[in-house]
Amino acid sequence: MLTALTELTDGSPARAVQAALEEHLAGADRAWLHEALAEAQAAADAETAAEAGAAGRSLWTLPTWELRFAEAGRHCRPARGGPSGPSAQDLADAARVLLLHTVRAGHDTTSRLYTHGSAAERRAVLLALPHLSAHTPPASALALVEDALRTNDTRLVAAAVGPYAAEHLDQHAWRHAVLKCLFTGVPVDAVDGLAPRARGDAELARMLRDYAAERTAAGRPVPDDLHRVLALTADRDTADRPHVTAAPSEES
Amino acid sequence: MRIFDPHIHMTSRTTDDYEAMYAAGVRAVVEPSFWLGQPRTSPASFFDYFDALLGWEPFRASQYGIAHHCTLALNPKEANDPRCTPVLDALPRYLVKDSVVAVGEIGYDSMTPAEDTALAAQLQLAADHGLPALVHTPHRDKLAGLHRTVDVIRESDLPPERVLLDHLNETTVKAATDSGCWLGFSIYPDTKMDEDRMVAVIKDHGIEKVLVNSAADWGKSDPLKTRRVGDALLAAGFTEDDVDQVLWRNPVAFYGLSGRLRLDVTDCPEPLHEGNSILRGGE
Ligand SMILES: [Zn+2]
Repeated sequence: MLTALTELTDGSPARAVQAALEEHLAGADRAWLHEALAEAQAAADAETAAEAGAAGRSLWTLPTWELRFAEAGRHCRPARGGPSGPSAQDLADAARVLLLHTVRAGHDTTSRLYTHGSAAERRAVLLALPHLSAHTPPASALALVEDALRTNDTRLVAAAVGPYAAEHLDQHAWRHAVLKCLFTGVPVDAVDGLAPRARGDAELARMLRDYAAERTAAGRPVPDDLHRVLALTADRDTADRPHVTAAPSEES
Repeated sequence: MRIFDPHIHMTSRTTDDYEAMYAAGVRAVVEPSFWLGQPRTSPASFFDYFDALLGWEPFRASQYGIAHHCTLALNPKEANDPRCTPVLDALPRYLVKDSVVAVGEIGYDSMTPAEDTALAAQLQLAADHGLPALVHTPHRDKLAGLHRTVDVIRESDLPPERVLLDHLNETTVKAATDSGCWLGFSIYPDTKMDEDRMVAVIKDHGIEKVLVNSAADWGKSDPLKTRRVGDALLAAGFTEDDVDQVLWRNPVAFYGLSGRLRLDVTDCPEPLHEGNSILRGGE
């Protein structure tokens, strides 16, 4: 559900995400979303939202769309309860990602919103990163991903290991991200590009085996996910091929 | 017994406390920002603290089935330190966050001109942001401090029915009631109220607009004091409904004035998980 609601690329799919989100919102919240997106669009059009506008403004004065970004969690609540629908977190994630996409947030904006954001806002920035590549220099948001991977907050760790990390994390950092997921209980399904990047990674396999041995020595169960990733590393089929994501090696 | 602790500094508490609180019936807490014991020397130190109240601490609480909200402010003690007062300029950026349900703790410590300024400015911030305010009443010169606090509130744009006066006791409850504010009592060993005196105050005063908290922090304190008060009230002949009003419905009504209170932790980040770092004790 989360993936469906935050999956967007430049162009028409944003409309689809918005439609999916609106379907779950009550009337007043839907109106809030329309207004918030219109404000973000106006800010993008006027180029006051991001880099240009930030210069003359106090760091503590929020443009309207940033206020909407902060308060999305209390306006995007599921209209109907029930276990089947998306969670409140899914809806807030989707609304915030849409806002960042609409405002065409660049490097300074994403950094500012992450740095001064609540955990929920930081999470949304991380989820939005792959959708903002047209407005940001390559890998410029890597520091945010690294910051999130240093936390023990599983909401942030899970959001940090998406497509942006798959594309930009070097192999050493990426291995530690995978291990961190296993440590903190984030399902490795959250790790984007897991199979191609794990394939034939002997060092990752060693780290996983050592971790499994440590767990076993302590009389603790080894997570099923560990065996899954280990099986992926053992796929010798394509071991000699370069990594699909062409990430820099740890020596670089 | 369902319990809402409307004033507790969980940053200073352990996961054992969260576990014991849940077992005692605590399902929701509000953590006011306050002094950390060690003085801070720059606004950045406050921002990291605010970030923890908006990120890590709610995450920890959710792991134990407890909903966590916070109140943010420059506290009265550090309002006297010019190195910290720029925090006032930054507060508007933080007060809009989803889990902020009041401005607080504000109020007086030593009743200085700097505290006057910070209190008035932050009451205005509360009014501007549609938030209620949690006002700490001073430990020294308490009754005079309460009168001065109420005067400043009267002069502010924030109506008294959107203010919670905290750390009240037998000597201040009358004046606080007359002010029209909500009434907070901290059950805190040695220096504030205890559960038997609390029962006596409620017998005398009633349960209208009364909130009871543990104010547990890094000092000698007990996060289960709310439960002790509930038990003492029942033993004294109050009904379960009375106890529910004091320990749940009154704090829900007060912080609900923010429009931001969310008491479901069902959509907490991840289900309780054996491999979770907190439950397992970190890395
Ligand atoms: Zn306190």
